[in-house]
Amino acid sequence: MTPPAGKPTRSSYDVIVVGGGHNGLVAAAYLAKAGQRVLVLERRHVLGGAAVSEELHPGFTFSVCSYVVSLFRPHIIRDLDLPRHGLEIIPLECSFLPLPDGRSLARWGDKELTRREIASFSEHDAEIYPEFGLAMGKLARFARHIIDHPAPDPASLRPGELRKLLRLGNAMRDFDDDLRYLNLQLLSMSAVDFLDRWFESPVLKAPMSVSGIIGTFLGVRSPGTAYVLLHHYMGEIDGAFRAWGFAKGGTGRLSESIAAAARELGAEILTSAPVARLLQKGGKAHGVALENGDEIRARAVVSGLDPRRTFLGMVGEQNLDPAFVNQIKRYKFRGSSGKVNLAVDRLPSFSCRPGDGLHLRGDIAIGPSVDYLERAYDQAKYGDFSERPYLNVVIPSLVDPSVAPPGKHVISCFVQYAPYDIKEGASQWPARREAFGDAVVDTLAEYCPGLKESILYRQVLTPWDLEQEFGLSEGNIFHGELSLEQLLFLRPAAGWSRYRTPVKGLWLGSSGAHPGGGIMGAPGELCARMLLASGEL
Amino acid sequence: MPIPSPFHPRTSALCTSLFWKEWAGYHAVRSFDTSHEREYFAFRHAAGLIDVSPLYKYEVKGPGAAALLSLVMVKDIRKLKQGRVTYLCWCDDDGKVADDGTVSRLDDDHFRVTAAEPALAWLRRHAGRFDVTIDDVSTKLGALALQGPNARAILEQVVSGKIASLKFFAVMRTKLAGTPVWISRTGYTGDLGYEIWIERDDALKVWDAVMEAGKPYRIEPAGIDALDVARVEAGFIMNGVDYFSAHHCAIEAKKSTPYELGLGRTVNLEREPFIGQAALRAELKRGSTWALVGLVYDWDEYEALFAEHDLPPQVPAGAWRSGVPVYDENADAVGQATSGAWSPLLKKNLALATVPARMAKPGTKLQVEVTVEYRRRQVTATVAALPFFDPERKRA
Repeated sequence: MTPPAGKPTRSSYDVIVVGGGHNGLVAAAYLAKAGQRVLVLERRHVLGGAAVSEELHPGFTFSVCSYVVSLFRPHIIRDLDLPRHGLEIIPLECSFLPLPDGRSLARWGDKELTRREIASFSEHDAEIYPEFGLAMGKLARFARHIIDHPAPDPASLRPGELRKLLRLGNAMRDFDDDLRYLNLQLLSMSAVDFLDRWFESPVLKAPMSVSGIIGTFLGVRSPGTAYVLLHHYMGEIDGAFRAWGFAKGGTGRLSESIAAAARELGAEILTSAPVARLLQKGGKAHGVALENGDEIRARAVVSGLDPRRTFLGMVGEQNLDPAFVNQIKRYKFRGSSGKVNLAVDRLPSFSCRPGDGLHLRGDIAIGPSVDYLERAYDQAKYGDFSERPYLNVVIPSLVDPSVAPPGKHVISCFVQYAPYDIKEGASQWPARREAFGDAVVDTLAEYCPGLKESILYRQVLTPWDLEQEFGLSEGNIFHGELSLEQLLFLRPAAGWSRYRTPVKGLWLGSSGAHPGGGIMGAPGELCARMLLASGEL
Repeated sequence: MPIPSPFHPRTSALCTSLFWKEWAGYHAVRSFDTSHEREYFAFRHAAGLIDVSPLYKYEVKGPGAAALLSLVMVKDIRKLKQGRVTYLCWCDDDGKVADDGTVSRLDDDHFRVTAAEPALAWLRRHAGRFDVTIDDVSTKLGALALQGPNARAILEQVVSGKIASLKFFAVMRTKLAGTPVWISRTGYTGDLGYEIWIERDDALKVWDAVMEAGKPYRIEPAGIDALDVARVEAGFIMNGVDYFSAHHCAIEAKKSTPYELGLGRTVNLEREPFIGQAALRAELKRGSTWALVGLVYDWDEYEALFAEHDLPPQVPAGAWRSGVPVYDENADAVGQATSGAWSPLLKKNLALATVPARMAKPGTKLQVEVTVEYRRRQVTATVAALPFFDPERKRA
């Protein structure tokens, strides 16, 4: 599916998109759809950025980095007709939490079944659980207004901006008092404190609180993490608010389908085409120089890279206002997670629920208690990876048999915490890589006896690898932490949240722009729309 | 009271939801679980196994078989090659569709007809001058449909013949786990898939072999609800839902012609006389009144209707067959959407509709009724070419 690297067919384009990750490809497709001549330049030999599938072991296709699709905007799927280009998303069936004492909790799409499962731990929580979901769903709908539009700028007095703020205010006004308080609680509290107000069972709170720390360098008891919980409830794969899903054939299939749509719309896409720097003159971008020295002109350049690599790398500090440079330097990455991918010759069997079963067809959380999660964070705070980390495990081959040979499976383990800055220094990660991989396998094997013997191949990705291989600064999977001070009109820097940059003609369409990370496609789409509306093309 | 199909001992053991419906006099599983979702996705991503025994099945044998079927059917069956299957419909004398189904040429003078409704009397009525025997094998033959991208790989494990070389709409006699079966590369999902035709006494043996071989390929037993979503995506019409057999319509207006149902491609008009030929010839000359089209709902408008109530958009949980009016730009009711589904794959609200022929051009904007918070509302729906979903693997 990966196109051969080649030469661009022209010496100048309307728009060059730097980086063939999913956002860059979405931007390219929307620009091409509007009739622009677009060239996408990807450094690696394969498209997708962190939304990539690779056959690393014969017959086994891994979703190397990102492994579930939840926030991808359904209107992008329709606008670009992605199913015709090969995109198929299969929902996850459940969330499964094995416990070391032989008990376990699975939460399902089937409400009654979920109620019975939770009731075995707490009758109270079983009854409250749907209410909580409803309240979070309402807030998530409010959040959706935010992610489907460019962020309003509160510092601007332009009538258009004020109107946008007012609209958000109105959406908030429609909340009743309870919901408004809830919103404030979400913004300020820790995930655990917030959940304490609803639930009594620690067994329920542990897996629920984890959604608050994914991709951040915070613990479940750190203030501000409650907000990130909300992202969990925004997972919508059907336009209606629903479950999370796998892209058939691996996450890379999503990127490939966007690329196919973009190509059909006329975009040119080159792989193995690393960009060295932005061509600029008098504060204005007019193209890019490739590492091989070739220069390609364009009227606008869209960066699909994160803010650090865009501004401190491609643009160059010396070409930017020092105050802006400071803002970008202060922007926090602090990658805290790694990834272990396994090829196995049989299905893992959990001692608490042995054998094959529907509980394996969703996401599996290793993180049996809030204290376990906090201890994992403690080690990371002082520069170590967690010996017993939180794992989010999926077995995509169970619902999508195309990614592994019959009867065999791929297991994807998202791992937190793995701090980028280990005490030996980030560049020493390669020496610790296998020890980190062992910690992950050991952790999972405590719940799945026989796992180690079933492993045919293992890929370990540390935050250092995520940076070196996938260009994610400090290994942050979201192009910068999704913490409040780096969201909305503050992403990536105050005053620059609208995809424009201080370099005229250079636009930022990556997860480092509003509304942020996850396989959402929104930054790429919104960037393309703003660029098209700017009159600069 | 419906009766059990030959596979009932297996399907009833697996159907933990107790979710059944009646299909042509048989108990048929709607979904094995409380939701049909997993079964639907099995059709699209792995393989689903569905009991389609309730189909009516007839064997037509003898030197006059091809000629009889060519008289009854809109297609010239004499041209159908041995080992091939064809999809078609048949009409009454006025060229109105009585049913749609398939004809397989199993041998030079041996055919099998599948139908949604009983057709024995209709075939016998026209058999007079032909040297044929017509047998109703509906209860003698069990039938399974194995549909989905892994269907071929599963059958390769258990079938002695060369399943890989069986072409789209071909049929072969072979053995499955030692049991003689007919396998045709046909189905009602618009995906890669096969139908297996088995003597009723061998039914369970075949079910067990296919389920066992399918395990590493993530086979799922599937029910009618999942099939119904897949068939809407595939743009397949259904007798009794999207049209009504001319044999049972109390009024003319309820009847349809092949051209009106999008089955014009199955009609071989210029040949020896066949039932309905004169009327169809006249219709072709005059132009058809109606057309069966695909509709895709405008999502933004749909979402906005729910937003008026401060609700997130709600999509139908499964396929619907209730029928709703379709309006033109003047708000005049001009036709009806007869069935539809939210496509989990395409992320679109889809419907099959009958509209005036002049409104059938893809891209035409119409209005379709939706009910939101008890209120009947309308959203724009765009006429789309069928099928909505047409993967390469279906024919490959």
